[in-house]
Amino acid sequence: MLVANLAILVLAGFVGVAVISKVPNTLHTPLMSGTNAIHGIVVLGGILLLGTAATGVLEKILLVVAIAFGTINVVGGFLVTDRMLEMFKGRSPATSPAQARPSPNGAVR
Amino acid sequence: MTTFVSVLYVLAFSLFIYGLMGLTGPRTAVRGNLIAATGMAIAVVAVLLTPRMGNWPLIALGVALGTLVGVPAARTVKMTAMPQMVALFNGVGGGAVALIAFVEFRTTQGFAGEPAYVLVASLFGAVVGSVSFWGSLVAFGKLQGLVPGRPIGLGQFQQVVNALLLAGAVGCAVAIGLGGHSELLMVGALAFGAAFGVMVVLPIGGADMPVVISLLNALTGLSAAAAGLALNITAMIVAGMIVGASGSILTNLMAKAMNRSIPAIVRGGFGGGGGAAAVGVAGDRAVRETNAADAAIQLAYANQVIVVPGYGMAVAQAQYAVRDLAKLLEEKGVEVKYAIHPVAGRMPGHMNVLLAEADVPYEQLKDMDEINGEFSRTDLALVIGANDVTNPAARNDPGSPIHGMPILNVDESKAVIVLKRSMNTGFAGIDNPLYYEPETEMLFGDAKASVEAVTSELKAL
Repeated sequence: MLVANLAILVLAGFVGVAVISKVPNTLHTPLMSGTNAIHGIVVLGGILLLGTAATGVLEKILLVVAIAFGTINVVGGFLVTDRMLEMFKGRSPATSPAQARPSPNGAVR
Repeated sequence: MTTFVSVLYVLAFSLFIYGLMGLTGPRTAVRGNLIAATGMAIAVVAVLLTPRMGNWPLIALGVALGTLVGVPAARTVKMTAMPQMVALFNGVGGGAVALIAFVEFRTTQGFAGEPAYVLVASLFGAVVGSVSFWGSLVAFGKLQGLVPGRPIGLGQFQQVVNALLLAGAVGCAVAIGLGGHSELLMVGALAFGAAFGVMVVLPIGGADMPVVISLLNALTGLSAAAAGLALNITAMIVAGMIVGASGSILTNLMAKAMNRSIPAIVRGGFGGGGGAAAVGVAGDRAVRETNAADAAIQLAYANQVIVVPGYGMAVAQAQYAVRDLAKLLEEKGVEVKYAIHPVAGRMPGHMNVLLAEADVPYEQLKDMDEINGEFSRTDLALVIGANDVTNPAARNDPGSPIHGMPILNVDESKAVIVLKRSMNTGFAGIDNPLYYEPETEMLFGDAKASVEAVTSELKAL
């Protein structure tokens, strides 16, 4: 199990470098908040331990906090990234015809 | 069931990678983010399907608490406050890893009977997660203005103290690794890690924040990967490593854009000692002041204007005013471009987000390498709240503390108008010779008010 997981770890590092290197400077803030959301996956660790191993009261409290932290990270991260990316989306010339679409009353904006 | 769960993990991390591939272009990015979020949902479902799952109400409580805090924060945060939001989200992720490692320690009575790799990975996660949590909190405090942005430190003792704190954290971890079962050791590892995180970030000044945030991001990612290794969750390993890679790449890019090594930035204190260097250049040379009306005329008669935004634009929330001015100029036949320095602002890509918020087409946003050749063909460069990234001393003055840092060649354009609150030096505490150049004029005042004043003068022309 260890060796397989280590292999996954190393390969994932290379994949990460390959994929992330292609992200343009313009999108670095969303990239950062998006990857931020992804490392919120630690919430899984909290859930797994709370669901299968935790017994004491202190452990349970700490894990609830850990899950809350992880959830903030995941939910907040993805939402904020989405908000940012929406701002980048519709401003390019390629999508500008959408703006010239007649509005319901027939007028062109 | 276990196999099914494992397959779901594979599906989840495939979606993370596929989603991130979408981030390579603004058009596919929204979808990419949604795909990654879907992957996350699948990962959560997978872990809930793990055999012998229990404690459902408590799990639900944790998720509900996190959602209650995270959603409103993400919905309402201003784009100018994005760096501190990212720092905070990053911090809680690291905090979660540290807490998880601590609980693992307690439930296994000091990792008794666990394989060595579980122990190593958990301890790594504990220390790094703790560093990341507390470091991010300090970064948040600095960016939010709760902690002064200037470097705060112990001077020459800083490095000694930091080294001791790190040694303390590692020492506690090693003691556990060698069979120590005392809970005090685990608390010590976390506490030393926390103190180290605080002491490392405190002496780092505001303008170095892009590097710090990227670095903390990478650290949290690595700690997540370590936790995934310890808990045998492949999705966590992959996700953590990708974030680690992303954070490392960004950290490197930012450090390169400042021509400083990452260790030098982490050692901090930059700007605190810059006073001596500033004196040499300052002297009592006069700057030329201009007013909104004159600036408007200059802008109107230019063929090409390059806007150079900096942190000052973010502070003044001037991005909409800048957009209005640029639109008006374009209607008058002036070509407007934006020159974005990689470290302008407080996080990678900060200026791009603000200008995108204000509907500036991203085709007009030019990277440093792309735009630098154009300044010599430009009639007017409009510097809005940027300072050190325009400082020609970085190019010409080997004695300058920022010598060698790649800059925007604003001084090559035919005329320069600098919008600035006062003649105070920038973050680095270094005087900017650009302001004393014969072709430079200063327009003092709040960036937003100044831009609006110029816009209304331009309308009146």
